[in-house]
Amino acid sequence: MPEPGPIIGTSPIRKEGLGKVTGRAQYVDDIVLPGMWHGATVRSTIARGRIVSIKFDPAIDWSEFAIVAAADIPGENTIIHLTKDHPCLAAEFVNHPAEPILLLAHPHKAALHAAVDSVHIAYEKLPGVFTIEDSEAGAAGDAAKVIWDHHGHGAAPNTFKTFLMQKGAPDELEAAFAAADFIVEEEYRTGAQEQLYIENNGVIAEVFRAPDGTLESVTVSGSMQCPYYLVHALELVFNLPADKCRVIQTETGGAFGGKEDFPSVIGSHAALLAMKCGHPVKLCYDRAEDLIATTKRHPSRTRHRTAISRDGKLLAGEIEIAIDGGAYATLSPVVLSRSTIHAPGPYHWPHIRVHGKAMASNVAPHGAFRGFGAPQSLFALERHMDKIAKVVGLTPEELRRRNFLATGGTTATGQHLSDPVDMQHLLTRALAESDYHAKRAEFDRTNPSATVKRGIGFAAFMHGSGFTGSGERRLNSEVKIDVTEEGRPRILVSSTEFGQGTNTILSQVCAQTLRIPYEEVLVAQPDTSVVPNSGPTVASRTAMIVGKLVQRASESMLARLLPYLSSRGDTLLAFATAAEESAHFARGKPHYTAEQFRAAARACVREHGALVAQARYEAPHNIFWDDDQYKGDAYPAYAWAVYVAEVTVDTLTYMAEVKQFHALQEVGKVLHPVLAMGQIEGGVAQGIGYALYEKCVYQDGLMRNSQMTNYIMPTSADLPPIHVYFEETPSIHGAFGAKGIGELPMDGPAPAILNAIEHATGIAFNEIPLLPEDVFERMARMPEGGTESMNPAVDRDTQVEAAV
Amino acid sequence: MRADAADYELIAPPTLAAVLDVLAHDPGWYTPIAGGTELMVALGAGRLAQRHLVSINHLKELRFIDVTAQAVTIGSGATFTDLRRHPAVCSDFPLLMKAASWTGAIANQNRGTLGGNIVNASPAADSPPPLLAYDATLTLISARGTRTLPYRDFHLGYKRTALAPDELLYSIQIQRNFAGYISYLRKVGTRNAQAISKVALAGLALVGEGGKITDIRIGAASLRDTPIRCTAAEQAALHRTVTPETVAAARAALAGEARPIDDIRSTARYRAAVAGNLLQEFLRSLMR
Amino acid sequence: MSEMRLTVNGEGRGISAPPMKRLLDVLREDLGLTGTKEGCGEGECGSCSVLMNGELVSSCLVPVLQAAGSAITTIEGVAQLAGEGEQLHPIQQCFLDKGGAQCGICTPGMILATRHLLDKYPQPTLLQVQEGLAGNLCRCTGYMRIFDAVEQAAKLTVTDGVTG
Repeated sequence: MPEPGPIIGTSPIRKEGLGKVTGRAQYVDDIVLPGMWHGATVRSTIARGRIVSIKFDPAIDWSEFAIVAAADIPGENTIIHLTKDHPCLAAEFVNHPAEPILLLAHPHKAALHAAVDSVHIAYEKLPGVFTIEDSEAGAAGDAAKVIWDHHGHGAAPNTFKTFLMQKGAPDELEAAFAAADFIVEEEYRTGAQEQLYIENNGVIAEVFRAPDGTLESVTVSGSMQCPYYLVHALELVFNLPADKCRVIQTETGGAFGGKEDFPSVIGSHAALLAMKCGHPVKLCYDRAEDLIATTKRHPSRTRHRTAISRDGKLLAGEIEIAIDGGAYATLSPVVLSRSTIHAPGPYHWPHIRVHGKAMASNVAPHGAFRGFGAPQSLFALERHMDKIAKVVGLTPEELRRRNFLATGGTTATGQHLSDPVDMQHLLTRALAESDYHAKRAEFDRTNPSATVKRGIGFAAFMHGSGFTGSGERRLNSEVKIDVTEEGRPRILVSSTEFGQGTNTILSQVCAQTLRIPYEEVLVAQPDTSVVPNSGPTVASRTAMIVGKLVQRASESMLARLLPYLSSRGDTLLAFATAAEESAHFARGKPHYTAEQFRAAARACVREHGALVAQARYEAPHNIFWDDDQYKGDAYPAYAWAVYVAEVTVDTLTYMAEVKQFHALQEVGKVLHPVLAMGQIEGGVAQGIGYALYEKCVYQDGLMRNSQMTNYIMPTSADLPPIHVYFEETPSIHGAFGAKGIGELPMDGPAPAILNAIEHATGIAFNEIPLLPEDVFERMARMPEGGTESMNPAVDRDTQVEAAV
Repeated sequence: MRADAADYELIAPPTLAAVLDVLAHDPGWYTPIAGGTELMVALGAGRLAQRHLVSINHLKELRFIDVTAQAVTIGSGATFTDLRRHPAVCSDFPLLMKAASWTGAIANQNRGTLGGNIVNASPAADSPPPLLAYDATLTLISARGTRTLPYRDFHLGYKRTALAPDELLYSIQIQRNFAGYISYLRKVGTRNAQAISKVALAGLALVGEGGKITDIRIGAASLRDTPIRCTAAEQAALHRTVTPETVAAARAALAGEARPIDDIRSTARYRAAVAGNLLQEFLRSLMR
Repeated sequence: MSEMRLTVNGEGRGISAPPMKRLLDVLREDLGLTGTKEGCGEGECGSCSVLMNGELVSSCLVPVLQAAGSAITTIEGVAQLAGEGEQLHPIQQCFLDKGGAQCGICTPGMILATRHLLDKYPQPTLLQVQEGLAGNLCRCTGYMRIFDAVEQAAKLTVTDGVTG
C-alpha cells in the first residue's frame, strides 16, 4: 500500500471516476428492473384555467395502461417543501403550462407518446399573469390578476414571501438620504436560467404491499441531490411513515440545484404509477419535457436607491428585490432569503433597508439553481457600484476600496466579521493578475477607432456557506462511518455526488483523519435505509458542514480503534517527543499500515459486534440569528472573491464575447485543487451563459425554445481561458478549514461581464441575458425592441414540421 | 423519444437505379433519407410524418467529388467532412469549405450531406449562400433521366424546391472560374460553434483596374424564406469602385430586397442591420 | 423488423430491430451497452457520440439500418483488454488524472470525440481541440480540465506510440 501523504490539498483521482470514464457508471436510465413499466405525464396545455373534461380517445386500448389521477393519491395531493400549495397532480385547476394532470404507465415505452397525445382535455381558460408587474397588480388589489391565493400561506395575494432587512432606524435612513451629496437610482433585471444538466430528470419507483394488499412501503431510485427531501414528499403523498419511504440516489449526471426540489415531483409521480400498476415504473423525461416542465432560476427585478457622499462613501441604501417564483411557492422563500442577505454585498452600509418579495406567476414553478438568489442580487449590486462610481467621478476600483468590509466590521445583518477578510488585497491581486489597469488604458486608447471594442470589468462579492442562520441547527445533520467486512471505513451520508466531488473530498477528510490511504475509504451509495440524514447537498455546505462532521466521526472512530492499533505495538513507531511525532506525521508517514488498520477494525467488530462512528451537527455557540428581525450571523462563514472579465463587442454583429476570465477567491482551505478549479471553471462557464447566451423564451407562460438547439449554452469554442486563483484563510467551521465554493463562481461573472461591456461600449446594460439583439437596439438607439421582439411562435429552421 | 420506430418503414435498395425505380413507382410515397441529421431529429421529436423512407446514405454512386480542369462536381451524398478534406474544394471553393466547417459540429459533418442540406431547403442552411455565389449547377435524376438547372432556380419558396417527387438531387457542379476572386464568408449565429445562422453572407468579387468591381456575387441565408442571391445589392456595386456612396447604395439595395423575420432566435431588425454590416465589411475588403 | 449485422467493439453482433430504430437505442437496449447516453435526442449535446467506421457520429441520429455492416466503437470498447484484464486507454487515464470528468454523463461521448480528434490530429492545437470537441457539451467543467486531459493524452500517445 502506498504511504498516505498529506491527502487534503492534493488531487487524488475522483472516487467514482473509473466507472465514469469506462461507461460503467449506472445512471437511472441505464437501469432496468425485471417487469419494469414506463411512465409518462399528461400535462396542461394552457397557463391557467379550470379543467372541464378529460376524454380518452377510443383509438387507444386503455386497458393496457395504468392511469393515475389526483383522486388516486392515497395521502395528500401536495408536493411539500415549505407550503402545501403545490398539487402533486392538478385536480380542478391548472396554474402553469405543462402542469401535471394525469400519469400513464405501460410495459412498452414506445406506446406512451401516442397515449399521451390521445388524452383530450378541455379547459375553461383564465387569463394568466406572466410578469412581476402584473403579479404586483394582483397583490395591490386587481382581482383579475390574483392567481395565487394566500390563505394560510404567504404575505398577500400573489406574494409567496416578503422579507425586510434593516440596519438603522427608518428616520436615520431618511436623514442619510437627505444629507447625501448624490443619490443614485437604477433598476436591474435578470432572466430565468435553465440548469441544463446533461442527464434529464429521471427515477424508478417500486411499491411493496403486505399479503393483504395494503401498501407497505415505497422505494424510489434516481437522479437527485437530496434523498431525504423526497422521503418527506413521499410521506405525505402516500401517508406512510418515513421509514417506509426508501430513497436511493443513482449516479447523477449534473444537478446544479435543478434536482434539489424537483425530484419530489417526479419521484412521487413514479411511485404513484408503481402503486397503480403493481410493477416497478421508470419515469425519465426527455430534453423537451425537462425544459418545459421543471424548475428554473428565479427571474428578478432589483431596484437600487443609494445615498453617497462626495468622497464616495455609501451612506444609505434602499434595495427593492422582486423575484418571480412561478405558479407555486416551492423554495421561493429561501431563494428570496439568500437574495436579500446578499444584496448589500461585501460593503459597509451605515444604513440600509432591503425589502424582498417573491411573486407568483403562471409559469412552471422556479426552483433552486446554484447561487440560489445571490447571483440575482449581486448582479444588481455590482452593476450599481459601477454606476455610482461614474456618477461620483471615481474609478470602479476606488469606489470599492472606500466601502469594503474588513475584519472586525459589521455586515448589513449586524454580523461581526471576526474571521479575517481582506477584500482590499483580493482586489489588488485580481487586478494585477488580469493586467486590468494596463488593459483598461489600452482599450480606452484603441476603442474609438476599432470595429471590435474591448473592455475589462470586475465584480467584488462574497457567498455565505451553509444554510442561513439557524438553518443548520434545524437540519441537525448526522454522519456515520462504519466498516466493511474487510475492515475498510465506509462513509454513510445522504450527501450526494453529482460531479462536484462529494465522494472524493469526504474520502479525503476521512482518510487523512484516520491516517490511512485515500484508496482505503469507501462511500456508501446514498440509500435512506442505510445512511443518516446529513442534510441536503445544497447551499455550499458539503465541504464545510458535512466535511466537518466526517472529520469528527473519523476522529471518533480512530479513538475507538487506538487500543486495537496499539496492541500491535511492536510494529508501531514510538516517538521521543510530541514534536517529533507531529513532524513524522506531517511528512505523511503513518503510525500503522492500511492492513493494520483493517485488522484493528475487524478485531473491534469481533469484540463489540459492530463499529459505527457517528457525529451530529453542533451549532457553534457564538452564532446568533433572529429569523423575525433578519438580524445576526447570517452564515457561519463566507468565501470572498473578485472576478475580472475581459470582453470584446463586435460592432458589426453586436456580439459580446468573453476573451479572458480571472477568478480569484478566498475559500478557507482548498481540499482538492483539481476539483476546486473544476468547480470554479464550471461555475464561471454557467455565469457566462447566464450573462450572454442563455435566454428562456416564453410565450403565454410556456418555454418555447425547448430544444438544445435553441436554448443556447456556451460550447468549448465560446468560452475563454478561465484563470483560477485561490487564497486560504482557514475557517474553524469547516473540515480542515474549508469553506463552501460550489455556488460562489455563479455570482461574479455576470456583473463583471456587463461592467466590461460598459467599458467597451460606453453603454450601460442592466438586464441579462444580454443578447446581440439587445446590444444592437441600444447601439442603434432605438427605444423599443431587442429580444422582446423575438417571436417564439415562429421557428422555421429547427421546429421540425411535417412535410409540406 | 416521442415516436415508435416500429411505425416506420426504411428500405435500402442497393443501387441508385433501384432507388429511382422505387421513387418512380409511387412518387411521394417514399421519402429519401441521407445522413439523417434532419429527419432523425424529427423522429425523436415525434414529428416525422413521413412513415416510409428510402435510404440513400449508402449509395456510392452519389458520394463522389470529381475534378476536371473546368469544374468540380460533387455528388449529393458527399458529406461535409468529405468537402473539408478535398483539396480541390479547399483550393478553388474556400467559401464552401468554410461553410462545411461550421455546419453543426464534427459529428454532424461526418453524416450530413451537401445534397441533404440543399434539399432540406432551410433558409438558414450553411452551404446555399456559397453555392449561390459560385453559381452552382444542379443535376437532378429520376428514372426518367437527368436534368440540369442553375441552383439559383432551385428554391421556389419556403421549404419548396424544384425537385419532383420521383427525383433525387444527383450532383452539384461548380465551375473552376474563381481564381483571382476575393472571397468573403461570415456566419452570425447564436454562438461560435454548433449554431443555427441568424444571418450569413457569402461574397465573391473580382476587382479590376482602378479598383472597379468587375464581377460580384452575394449569397445570403436567413434574409428571406429561401437562401438568396442579393441581386439588387450586387447591381448597386457592379462596375463601381468602393466608396462610401457605393457602400451606402448597396446597403440600401440590400435593405430593399431582404425580408427577414422575427422568430424564436432573433429579430428582423437585427438580421437586417447585421446583413448590412456584413455587406459593408465585404465591400470594404475590396477597396484598393 | 430488419435483420442485420454490425461489428460492435470488435465483436460481430446480429440485430433484429425496426430499421428506423436509433442506433443509440439499439446499443443501449438490444445490446445492453448503456455507456452511450441520451442527453438531447437532437444531435446537439454529443453524449450519444460513437465511432462508426472510425468517424465520430451522433448515434441518436443514425437509423440502425444505415449502420448495418459498420464497425461501431462505443465507450465500452475504448479500454483495451490486456493480459491482466482491463487496461485503460491513455485518454481515459488522462481524464481521470486531470479531472476531465465531473458528473460523467458527457464523458463517454467526450472520450470518443477525443479519440477521433487525436486520430486526426495527434498533436492538436488548442483551436483544433476546441473545434473537435465543440459538439460535445459539458455543463460541469467549463472545458478547462478537459482540454488539459486532451493535451496530456496527446503527449502520452506520442510517447507510447499508441494510436487510436
